[in-house]
Amino acid sequence: MIKTEHLTKHYGALTAVEDVSFQVGPGEVLGFLGPNGAGKTTTMRMLAGFVTPTSGTASICGHDVESDPLAAKAALGYLPEGAPSYGEMTVRRFLAFIADLRALEGARREARLRHVIEHLQLGGVLDQTIETLSKGFRRRVGLAQAIVHDPPVLVLDEPTDGLDPNQKHEVRTLINDMARDKIIVISTHILEEVDAVCTRAIIISQGRIVADDTPAGLAARSRYHNAVSMQLEQPAQLSEARAAVAALPTVAQVEVSERDARLTALPRAGAPILPALSELAARSGLKLKELHLESGRLDEVFRTITS
Amino acid sequence: MRNVGIIMRRELASYFATPLAYVFIVIFLLLANWFAFYLGSFYERGQADLDSLFGFLPWLFLFLIPALSMKLWAEERKSGSIELLMTQPVTLREAVLGKFLAAWIFTAFALALTFPLWLTVNYLGRPDNGAILAAYLGSLLLAGGFLAIGSCMSALTRSQVVAFILGVFACLVLLLAGFPGVIDVFRSWAPQPIVDAIASLSFLAHYDSIRKGVIDVRDLLYFAMLISFFLLATAIALDLRKAD
Repeated sequence: MIKTEHLTKHYGALTAVEDVSFQVGPGEVLGFLGPNGAGKTTTMRMLAGFVTPTSGTASICGHDVESDPLAAKAALGYLPEGAPSYGEMTVRRFLAFIADLRALEGARREARLRHVIEHLQLGGVLDQTIETLSKGFRRRVGLAQAIVHDPPVLVLDEPTDGLDPNQKHEVRTLINDMARDKIIVISTHILEEVDAVCTRAIIISQGRIVADDTPAGLAARSRYHNAVSMQLEQPAQLSEARAAVAALPTVAQVEVSERDARLTALPRAGAPILPALSELAARSGLKLKELHLESGRLDEVFRTITS
Repeated sequence: MRNVGIIMRRELASYFATPLAYVFIVIFLLLANWFAFYLGSFYERGQADLDSLFGFLPWLFLFLIPALSMKLWAEERKSGSIELLMTQPVTLREAVLGKFLAAWIFTAFALALTFPLWLTVNYLGRPDNGAILAAYLGSLLLAGGFLAIGSCMSALTRSQVVAFILGVFACLVLLLAGFPGVIDVFRSWAPQPIVDAIASLSFLAHYDSIRKGVIDVRDLLYFAMLISFFLLATAIALDLRKAD
């Protein structure tokens, strides 16, 4: 369990984080979202015991990060922003160093090291120094050190930043695999990540929590929630189609994209409009390339909430 | 204490993973021997002792030790690895002590490599080996004091160059604390007890007394307290500023 109560951090006159309270339980993967500079990293650092809160408390598995820091840190696996490490060390030595600090011993130590090396595919670079590795490998080394002691709680600050799509997929699969029995908090500004791995999302802006919901719940806040998007075979029919769609009583607004001959119909007060639209298309002989129901656009919700 | 050892070993290994260790040792030995033979007139003095080496060591340390200590914390802060280290289940004190001990052991190793000089005086004459051992101990304590000061200066900044300059300056002030030039600055305004206290802080006075072969508890205590004080100051500085 991660618990924060009224967590606040001021840097002089600057407020980095203000009154942030939340709880995360087992099986939850919390996405911590926000624009750059919103206070994501500062919050992560307070959870990890690296930054001292100005006021408020944070605890990891019941251990307060201020009064019982060693127990809190022992229960936590933490990937700092940018995955810093010791560049002159080889991957093998670096992981052994972390395993030592995590007090892993004997057969369990060997098994854990083998596990992280295998799962993060570090086998080929074990004897390379970290400074010679690509950004993707460095991030994976950072993830490896975060999970080597199999902690019940993981806090990962931008775990997929700088990775290519394949590597992102691997990291997300890894997070999903661990999600069943762990508490995971990831910070990100990549919205697709929320859909890919999170069961819950908190959006912070200017240091405050402005939304705390499931990804589906957030998407439902979008004005595109239950909107219907249709792409026409013949761009010439666009203005005719637009007039017909706009005339439907349940349609509040129509947006047109001429570039790909697409119409997006926004419903009035959450009314279902897909049946009406498909019927309309059939009746008026519009040839459709595509017709689909939107669940909502997270990026639009994100912009609305944080700007 | 287990963590102190782990951090110390990592730090020591990192010296030897980069050119730092080799450059430091080669330059240190070149300069130490040059000082001993030319400036110290090792042969011309006609005495079987290592005074020509130990007399110059404080001045050699004055520049080389801050060069070693400047990276202790400034580099960790610059690269961000301090965040990695301080979010492991280790205390700040363990980290400060571990890194300091690594630098100290490394210095001891470099100092030990001056042994050919010791062999030479034993070949040429019959030196007082007890006094030489005491002088080695004094040099090691002096290096420890310099390193503790350097560690503190390194914790104050992200820039290694700034840490180096601050380190040289702080070491110089403490080295010369008993000399007229420094004492006069204080004598003009501070009361006599304070002037005396500052004079008694002088590195050189305590170093010289150990070097003469008299190992006085007060001198040992002086170095122990000085090292403890600056290591504590390192921990406090880091605690306040580690995330800046």
